[in-house]
Amino acid sequence: MGEMLQVKNLNVFYGSIHAIKDISFHVNEGEIVTLIGANGAGKTTTMHTISGLLKPKTGEVSFLGNPITQMEAHKIIRLGLSQVPEGRRVFSHLTVQENLTLGAYTRKDGSAAVANDLERIFERLPRLKERRKQQAGTLSGGEQQMLAIGRALMCKPKMLLLDEPSMGLSPLLVKEIFKIIQDVNQEGVTILLVEQNAKMALEIADRAYVLETGTIKMEGPADELANNIEIRKAYLGC
Amino acid sequence: MEFLSYLINGISLGSVYAIIALGYTMVYGIAKMLNFAHGDVIMVGSYLVFIGINQMGIPPLVAIIISMVACTLLGIIIERFAYKPLRGASSLAVLITAIGVSYLLQNLALLFWGSDPKSFTSVVTIPPLKLANGQLVISGETIVTIVTSTVIMIGLMLFVNRTKVGNAMLAVSEDKGAAQLMGINVNYTIALTFAIGSALAAVAGVLLCSAYPTLQPTTGAMPGIKAFTAAVFGGIGSIPGAMLGGVLLGIIEILSKAYISTQLADAIVFAVLIVVLLVRPTGLLGKKINEKV
Repeated sequence: MGEMLQVKNLNVFYGSIHAIKDISFHVNEGEIVTLIGANGAGKTTTMHTISGLLKPKTGEVSFLGNPITQMEAHKIIRLGLSQVPEGRRVFSHLTVQENLTLGAYTRKDGSAAVANDLERIFERLPRLKERRKQQAGTLSGGEQQMLAIGRALMCKPKMLLLDEPSMGLSPLLVKEIFKIIQDVNQEGVTILLVEQNAKMALEIADRAYVLETGTIKMEGPADELANNIEIRKAYLGC
Repeated sequence: MEFLSYLINGISLGSVYAIIALGYTMVYGIAKMLNFAHGDVIMVGSYLVFIGINQMGIPPLVAIIISMVACTLLGIIIERFAYKPLRGASSLAVLITAIGVSYLLQNLALLFWGSDPKSFTSVVTIPPLKLANGQLVISGETIVTIVTSTVIMIGLMLFVNRTKVGNAMLAVSEDKGAAQLMGINVNYTIALTFAIGSALAAVAGVLLCSAYPTLQPTTGAMPGIKAFTAAVFGGIGSIPGAMLGGVLLGIIEILSKAYISTQLADAIVFAVLIVVLLVRPTGLLGKKINEKV
């Protein structure tokens, strides 16, 4: 169980705004690690920096020993690091099936293998199968989230970054989505989960980091943090 | 019968506008910029064909292919050196650059090929089609234009909707960030779009100059503006919209010339655009964004 993703002394700026201040963390192979924090804490910025959409001012990100700090986003995914972006960002004018097929854009193992995986995704997410010919923009929020996850899985990633998968979903759907995340993890995909819904995230995670205004305030095993009095007050509302 | 003949001419001219409009609309869809130099690529393409046939004696088809390749390269070069450095700059800066590139191409043409109009020899050798006892004559140029345009439009639709690269283009046009997360190389996709648009411009140039055989450095400007109008008319960013907009615009132009006034035809064309934009700001087939969030 080696370190899969390592983030070291990361500093990210938006113009003159210092959004991420010298944060370091890591994710071991097979883990579910969650990054919790309130709005504006820098969670999405951190995610985008890992996946290559943003470039840090200083600091290093490495994945499976490869430095990816300066790598372009479309190359990073080829190493097996796939992201489900915040707000799902499905291609709304394309059909469900086209979205999923685009998820396999980087694969070189032939269309038969891709079609096979498409069926596996449909088995896992039967609601998408019913709507495979429908434009993604017409799906409900929960279905779009499932589609975004399915799409990110189509490239057969080693690690999945999930950015606020619970956003805007009903509690029941959140449960369903988190169950899917756990299943995916059980099949060997390492997970980094960014969440505002700290309660749910801590329930399924192995370890957690608490992000506050761009710095890591606390870290530790998820169950310990879930029982921490400060966390309970600030994030769990009890 | 007269009306039918005008209508066919309108469709023919409109198909050329449609092909040019495709270049505008695809580039707009992907790069979110108006490439005002697109019309001048048409002119360059036409000159290359003219030189190939008239001065070098190359067979027309070969000259057209050479011109398409050259325009493709020209499109890629323009994108690489004029527009790519401005990615992320304000859209006004990009727009002004595009106008600058347009003038650059026109003046380079003036420098190389002079200001005197060249008379373009039609590349079409098909005899005119006589129907209804010779009452309806369809010229070879018209037939070739309509057939070529139809083939191009169908081909492009299939390419965009059915191929992996085409789908990647649609993905980039909707969300560059998410497309990158799929592993799509956005810069490559944008360059490809310019390449396709410019190759189409070369074809449009040949078709246009075969029907209206005066070639000078400003030849591309007016059809370029009209095709841009067609693209906006149909809904900029929409490929079927550009096709529909182009064909309709061609028909409106020819019918106005025939029944209203030759001088006023262009004014009428642009007036129609204004009316359409007032009634439907997104154009005829413009994308309505109905996302559930």
